[in-house]
Amino acid sequence: MIAAFVRAIFFTPPERLQGYAQKIFYLHVPSAWIAFLAFGLTAFAGAYWLFLKDPRLDRFAESSAEVGVVFTTGVLLTGPLWGKPIWGIWWVWDARLTSTLFLWFLFLGYLVLRSAVEDRDARARYSAVVAMLGALLIPFIHLSVYLFRTQHPMPVVANPTGVQMPMVMVTTLLLSLFAFTLTYIALVRARMAFATERDALLDRATTEA
Amino acid sequence: MMATPPGTFAAAWIIARKDLAIEFRTRSAFMSAALLSLLAIVIFFFTWDATAVTPIDIAPGVMWVTFTFSGLLGLHRSFGVEAQERAMDALLVAPVPREAIFLGKALANLVFVVGVQMVAIPAVALFYNLPIGETWLALAGLMLLASIGLVCIGTLFAGMTANTRMAELLLPVLALPFFVPIVLPAAQATAQLLAGRPLSDAAAWLRILLAFDLVFLYACTLAFPFTLED
Repeated sequence: MIAAFVRAIFFTPPERLQGYAQKIFYLHVPSAWIAFLAFGLTAFAGAYWLFLKDPRLDRFAESSAEVGVVFTTGVLLTGPLWGKPIWGIWWVWDARLTSTLFLWFLFLGYLVLRSAVEDRDARARYSAVVAMLGALLIPFIHLSVYLFRTQHPMPVVANPTGVQMPMVMVTTLLLSLFAFTLTYIALVRARMAFATERDALLDRATTEA
Repeated sequence: MMATPPGTFAAAWIIARKDLAIEFRTRSAFMSAALLSLLAIVIFFFTWDATAVTPIDIAPGVMWVTFTFSGLLGLHRSFGVEAQERAMDALLVAPVPREAIFLGKALANLVFVVGVQMVAIPAVALFYNLPIGETWLALAGLMLLASIGLVCIGTLFAGMTANTRMAELLLPVLALPFFVPIVLPAAQATAQLLAGRPLSDAAAWLRILLAFDLVFLYACTLAFPFTLED
C-alpha cells in the first residue's frame, strides 16, 4: 500500500492536460473497484448463507459491508475533488456517479437494518435478502440514469476516456489496485475476527444467564 | 372431513380480499394516505415561482414524489395489521404457500396504491391545469406499471421491517433507493405524455418499467419466504 502511494506520488509523471489532479486517479479507481467488489461479495455471502446457514458467512457479509462503505465514501469524496478542477463542477448526474451514490445509500441502509434487528438469525436472513436485491438494483439504476442523461446531455463534461494511458501509469494503477485489494482483505479479516469474538461473548453471556 | 387447501393464486386472492375488507371497513389508512397526497400536491404548488416555471413542467415530479410517500404510508400498515394479536402466526400456520401470502399482500397493496392515485390524479390535473383528457389511457397504463414495481419492493420490505425497531423509519430508508428506477422513468414518461408526445417516445421508459416489474416481482416473491420465521 505504501509502496503504491510512493510510486503514485513520486515516480509516475503527472498527466499532461490534467496536471497533478490526475494523481487522485490512483486512489479513486481502486476505491471504486473495492466498493463494488465488497458489495458483490456481501450479496454472494448472503445468498450462500441462506442455503448453508454458516454464521461465518454472515460475519463476512457484515464485515465486507462495513469495509465497503469506507471505500465507497472514499470514491465519493475523491471524485468531486478531481471533478472540480477538471470538469469545473463538483458533481454530475452521470450514470456511474449515480450508481456509486446509490451503492453508498444501499450500504448504509444495509448497516442500519443490521443494527435494528436483535435476533441473529433474522438479521442474517433480512440482510441477505436486501443485499441480493441490491445487487439486482444497481444495474437498473445505471440503465435508467444512463437513459436520463443521454436525453439531457450536459455539455460541461469533458470526456477523459479518450486519453491514452502511458505504460508507467498503467503499472501504478495495477499496483494500486493490488494494494487496495490486500487492504480490503486485511480489514475484512480484522473485522471478522472482531465479529467472531463478539458473537462468542454474546453466546457465553446467554448460556450463563 | 378436511377441506383441500387452496392453490397459490386462490390463496393469494383470499388474503388480498381479507386485507381489503379490513381496509374497506375502517378506511383509516386510505383516508390518511389520500389526504396526505392532496396536501402534498397543494403544498408543492407554493414551492416554486409560478411565473417562471409552468405547472405542467413540475407536475410529473410532484405526482411521483407524492405517490411514493403516500404509498409508503399504506405499505407500512399492511403488516402492522398482522402484528396485532399476532395474526401473522395464524397466516403462517395456514396451509398455503408462503409465496401466496406475499402475492396476496402485494395485490391488496396494489389496489390501495391505485386507489390513492385515482383520488390524487384528478386533483393534480385540476390544480395544475393538466391536459389529461387525451392521454388518460396511456397515463393509466403507466401508473399501473410503476405501481406494480413500487408495491413489490414495498411489500417485501414492509414485511421485513415490521419486526424491527424503528420500522417506520427503516422502511423508507431501505425502499427509496429501490424506487429510483421506477420513479425516474415514470416521471419522465409522464412528462412526455403530458407534453402531447406520442406513446412511442416514451417506449424506452416503459420498457425499463416493465423489465423492473418482471425482475422484482419474481425476485421478491422468491425472497419473501426467507424473511419469515420458520
